[in-house]
Amino acid sequence: MSKPRTIIEKLWDSHVVCEPEGAPALLYIDLHLVHEVTSPQAFEGLRQRGLKVRRPDKTFGTCDHSTPTTPRSLPIVDPIAKAQVEQFEKNCKEFGIPHFGFQSKRQGIVHVIGPEYGLTQPGMTVVCGDSHTATHGAFGALAFGIGTSQVEHVLATQCLLQRKSRSFAVRVNGTLRPGVTAKDIILALIAKIGVGGGTECVLEYTGSAIRALSMEERMTVCNMSIEGGARAGLIAPDDTTYQFLHGRPFAPQGAAWDAAVARWKQLPTDEGAVYDHEVTIDADALEPMITFGTNPGMGIAISGAVPDPSALSDAVERDTLKKALAYMALEAGKPLAGHPVDVVFIGSCTNSRMSDLRAAASVLKGRKVNPKVRVMVVPGSQQIKREAEAEGLDRVFVEAGAEWREAGCSMCIAMNGDQLQPGQYSVSTSNRNFEGRQGKGGRTFLASPLTAAASAVTGTVTDPRKMLS
Amino acid sequence: MEKFTTFESSVAVLPVDNIDTDQIIPARFLKTISKAGLGDQLFFDWRYEADGSPKADFVLNNAQAKSAQVLLAGDNFGCGSSREHAPWALTQFGFKAVISTSFADIFKGNSLKNSLLPVIVPREMHAKLMEQLKSNPLAKVSVDLASQTLTLPDGSTCQFPVDAFSRTCMLEGVDELGFLLKHDIEIGAFEARAQGALNTLSVAL
Ligand code: SF4
Repeated sequence: MSKPRTIIEKLWDSHVVCEPEGAPALLYIDLHLVHEVTSPQAFEGLRQRGLKVRRPDKTFGTCDHSTPTTPRSLPIVDPIAKAQVEQFEKNCKEFGIPHFGFQSKRQGIVHVIGPEYGLTQPGMTVVCGDSHTATHGAFGALAFGIGTSQVEHVLATQCLLQRKSRSFAVRVNGTLRPGVTAKDIILALIAKIGVGGGTECVLEYTGSAIRALSMEERMTVCNMSIEGGARAGLIAPDDTTYQFLHGRPFAPQGAAWDAAVARWKQLPTDEGAVYDHEVTIDADALEPMITFGTNPGMGIAISGAVPDPSALSDAVERDTLKKALAYMALEAGKPLAGHPVDVVFIGSCTNSRMSDLRAAASVLKGRKVNPKVRVMVVPGSQQIKREAEAEGLDRVFVEAGAEWREAGCSMCIAMNGDQLQPGQYSVSTSNRNFEGRQGKGGRTFLASPLTAAASAVTGTVTDPRKMLS
Repeated sequence: MEKFTTFESSVAVLPVDNIDTDQIIPARFLKTISKAGLGDQLFFDWRYEADGSPKADFVLNNAQAKSAQVLLAGDNFGCGSSREHAPWALTQFGFKAVISTSFADIFKGNSLKNSLLPVIVPREMHAKLMEQLKSNPLAKVSVDLASQTLTLPDGSTCQFPVDAFSRTCMLEGVDELGFLLKHDIEIGAFEARAQGALNTLSVAL
């Protein structure tokens, strides 16, 4: 019998084109997603070298990052963003790449539309010039973010020079309690291993609590793998995966579907396969999580207190925490619950799908948001926007006093007009609380859609379990 | 790409762990479609006050740091976003190497493709260099990629790891795309045997 392999090794082995002596392996890429921000210099590079896109049929584009979330009848007011979106569409047309442009009825966040249209499939290698590409790992794909030079490499050759990553099993066992979500699993993991804990690794999320998650929830978990420093994060495919994919526009159809499922069933990790690292999380013990600091590893249970730098022995670690608390204007030892907030943002590739919007609406239905708080709800794609409107979720949000906007990255990245003012606090369902990430001087608490919605109602950081019906 | 040669330089010290690429170059500067001008935006929000005046206590505003070609930073440098604008901004500002105890993966890969050398040193070495620079902020280090050696101001040395292929590319000033393009036949053969290929062009948009 051959040596038992992890899904990570299987994905790697099946995509190695060749291993030239003295160089990393050439890894073949099945799906390359491109967006407006990290691609222009790559297309320019192709032009300078007189190269074509090798496989436009394995490439797909959408605009999301600098794309405003104001009504599509309005022009893009920022001339620099406008030029970037226009250049993106021009590049896609010139190089023959299918894409959803600014006015497309199917435009959305790149990591939302890939799964939505069945572009993302088990067993694939997926790359994008964006660190949250691991989102697609939820389907049992090896999906990771790349820089612009590598975007150019893949456009030109459909390959990347890669060294094999180490494997890291994240076992989440047990059952999540009411009010505790997929977002809380991943925030708890990052708080545990730290923002560099997964460096050079691909994470495989396994265990009963992961198996019980829907595809959308699995995407939330995989999405933030990079925040633990990992190259990628993935979940082996199962019936939940196949049911989600079946019938989507780019998914295989008919006999090809059956053949694909048979192939995908070979992917899960073999019994007895060995990982380089392992960590276990007890789902039953998890509480809603929230971050207090300036990286996603600075997270605590919502009932907890802000940690004290003086308890740290390492000087640089202590100064780093001090600097974070100074930026956040928070006091060590105090609880975060009850802290006033100015803005609540529900959206981003982490939490902008139907189940996220339904969760937020379940809290906001029949309630009003605190009048001091600006609440923005931003669906991940135009498709999700339509679905949510068909279900009446938009009315729940608007009646509660929230804004219901067009699809895009919005206040996750604050390069599209949606941003915090200096000093403001947000509770945000996005994935990064770095200094200034949501606007210069803005301060971010990362949390789940339930926690965000509960905080919108009270105007302070609030444990959502108090509001569950 | 220019060939990477051995050099000696003073050091700008930024002793913070987990410096993310949003700090190195804030997202609002990513609306550009070129690489030009990013050096002026390096660490923008740490470097400038709201009114645009330089923050006196930030290291890069200090006259002697402006000539430094080496940045000494805390653990896990370059985490977060995959933006290659980060190494573009650092090299345009004048940096040729960053010293830390560890680097985030994507940043490290992006840097090596842009002649910015990530120098990984053990904790003790990092602390020692910090000490020496504290007593003499103008002291110089020497960075030799060919022998993978960092020489501290006091003359002590340490070897640092670098991916062998990236090292060759940097020393010879060649880029990876040229290398990849030479494997057209192997790529074609792989494509011929690939199963269940996706075709993004198959659905009318
Ligand atoms: S939503 Fe945020 S994290 Fe996701 S792709 Fe957009 S900017 Fe990146």
